[in-house]
Amino acid sequence: MAGVQVANVSRSFGAHKALDDVSIDFADGGFYALLGPSGSGKTTLLRQIAGFDFPDAGRIAIGGESVERVPVEKRRIGMVFQNYALFPNMSVADNVAFGLSVRGEPKATIATEVQRALDLVQLGKLGGRKPHQLSGGQRQRVALARAIVTKPRVLLLDEPLGALDKALRVDMQIELKRIQREIGITTIFVTHDQEEALTMSDRIGILRDGRLVQEGPPEEIYDRPQSEFAATFLGDANIFRGDATGSGIRLPDGTTIAASTGASVPAGAKASCAVRPERIRISTGAAKPDAGNANTLKGQVSRRIFAGNNSTYFVDRDGQTLKVIVQNTGAERLAEGQPVVLSWSPDSTVLIAA
Amino acid sequence: MATTRILEWLGRFYVVLLLGFLYLPIIIMAAMSFNASPFYQLPFEWTTDWYASLWQNEQLIAATWNSIEIAVITTLISTVLGSMASLAFYRHEFRGKKVLQALLFPPIAIPWLITGTAMLIFFFGVGIGRGLVAILLGHVALALPYVIVVVSARLQTFAPELEEAARSLGANQWQVTMRVTLPWIMPGVIAGGLFAFAVSFDQFVVSYFLSTPGQTTLPVEIYAAIRKGFTPEINAVSTIIIAVSMALMLLTARFFKFGGEK
Repeated sequence: MAGVQVANVSRSFGAHKALDDVSIDFADGGFYALLGPSGSGKTTLLRQIAGFDFPDAGRIAIGGESVERVPVEKRRIGMVFQNYALFPNMSVADNVAFGLSVRGEPKATIATEVQRALDLVQLGKLGGRKPHQLSGGQRQRVALARAIVTKPRVLLLDEPLGALDKALRVDMQIELKRIQREIGITTIFVTHDQEEALTMSDRIGILRDGRLVQEGPPEEIYDRPQSEFAATFLGDANIFRGDATGSGIRLPDGTTIAASTGASVPAGAKASCAVRPERIRISTGAAKPDAGNANTLKGQVSRRIFAGNNSTYFVDRDGQTLKVIVQNTGAERLAEGQPVVLSWSPDSTVLIAA
Repeated sequence: MATTRILEWLGRFYVVLLLGFLYLPIIIMAAMSFNASPFYQLPFEWTTDWYASLWQNEQLIAATWNSIEIAVITTLISTVLGSMASLAFYRHEFRGKKVLQALLFPPIAIPWLITGTAMLIFFFGVGIGRGLVAILLGHVALALPYVIVVVSARLQTFAPELEEAARSLGANQWQVTMRVTLPWIMPGVIAGGLFAFAVSFDQFVVSYFLSTPGQTTLPVEIYAAIRKGFTPEINAVSTIIIAVSMALMLLTARFFKFGGEK
C-alpha cells in the first residue's frame, strides 16, 4: 500500500491541454474520486498515474518513489476498466490468475490467491466460467478481483460502474467500498457521477478543462464550494451574482444577501453567492420568517415537481428562476402561480470570489 | 403466394446453375482421371491406372514436393512476418503509416505476369537468378499482403483495453502479445496462413518465370507436360490438387466464419 503524489503534472495532446499543472496528494489507504465532466482531464490524469501515458512536466510518486517515467507494467498498480476488459479467451480463474502468472508465481500459490480473491468478490464458485457467461455485475467483480489479486500499491478505477444499470450500480458501490475497506488499498476512482463521488469517497477532486478546481472531503466541497462550477457540478445550487459588501453581496436591484461562509472578498469586488436548494425555506409570506433566516426574497412559484419524499419548487424572482427543495412533511403544498417568500440563513450562503 | 413459390424455385434453380457452372468442368476432369480411355471415350470404365502411373512419374513427384515445400515455407514466413506487420500497424502511429498501408493493396491487383517479369529482372539483377530460392522469395512477397489484410481485419475487432489490462497486471510486451493478443487474432492468422498457402501452391505465372528445368513447381511441371502431350496422368494430379485446395479453402471459410463471431 502506498499513497500517490501528483505534483504540477501537465500533459498536452497537440494544442489541447488535457492536464494543466495539476497537483493532488492521494493519502495512503484513502478512497479518492476524480470528478469532472467529459473532457475535464480526469481520465488523462488516471492514465498518467497508471503509466499508460507519461506527463510532459511534473512529478508522480507512488509510495514516495518517482514513477513518472516508469511504464505501467512496472508500477505495481491495479486497474479496473470501464468495459471490464476481461480476457475473452480465458476462464474467470485464469483472468484473475493472469497477473500472478506473468510474474512466474508458483502454481499452488496462484490457485490459493485466485480463490481468495474470488471469494472476496463473492464469486468463489464461478472460476470455471468464461467471461461471456457472466452478467455485467459479475464481470465487474472479476475485473476487481483480477486487479487486486497481485496486491497492487494503488487501485485505479476508470468509471467502473458506468456500464451497469442503476440498481446494480448502487449494490456495486456498497460492495466496492466494503472490499476497499477490507484490504485498505489506496483507491483512485474516476467518475462523472456526482452522487457516486459523494457517497463513496473520502475525498473528491473536481477537474475542469484540465485543471483541478477544488479538492477535499465531500462534505467540505458540498458545503463550501470555492467556485460556481464546483457549486453547480457537485449538487444543485442557486447562484446570485453581485458586488461584495464585506458581509455578503448586493444584487443589481439593491437587495443584499448576507453570507457567513466561503471566501472573503473585499467590498466592491464582483462576487457571487451559492445557496443549496434544500437550505431555503419557502412560505406563503403570511408567517414571519424564522429568526436567523435573515436572507429573504419574494417570488412566485412557477412550477412544482413532486418526487415522493420531496418536492422541487421553481420560483421566479426578478428574471431569475430559483430552485427550492422541500421535504414532504404532509404540510400544505403550494400552488403554481402563488406568491411566496424565500428565506435562508447566512450560514447556508457561500460567498464565492468571481 | 404462387409468385413467392415460383421465385423460390427460380432462386434454387439459379443456385444449382451457378454451382454447375463452377464445378461441372472439375467433376468431369475428376471423373476422367478414373476413366480407362486416354481420349475421354465413353462408356466409362473404372481404373486407377493413371494414379499408379503418376506415382512412377518422378519429375512430377519431385515438382509436387517442391510445391509443397515452398508452400509450407511461404506460409510460415509470410504468416509470421505478416502478423508482426499487422500488429505494428495496429499498435503504433508513425510517419508514413497510411502510405505503407495503402501500398499493401496494389500488389494484389497487379497482374502476376507483370509481377513475375519484374521479379525475374530483379532477381537476376541482385544475383539470385532463377530457381527454388527465387520462387520462394517471390511467393512470400505475393502472400504477405494477403496475410496482413486478413490479420488486420481481425485486429479491428480487438479491444485495445485488453492489452492495457494485461500491461497493468505486469505483463511485458511479449507476454501481452503471446497470451492476450495472439489468442484473439489466431483465427485471422490461420486464415491468413491458408491464403498464403493457396497463393503459393496454386501459383503458376510467377513460378513459371522463376523456375529452371530442374527446379520447378507442380503447376509449371503440369504445364510443361501438357505442352509435350496430354496424358490422363494430368487429370489425376489435377484432381489431387483440387482436392487439397478445396479442403484448404473450406477450412479458411470455416475460420472466417469463426472469426466473425464473438
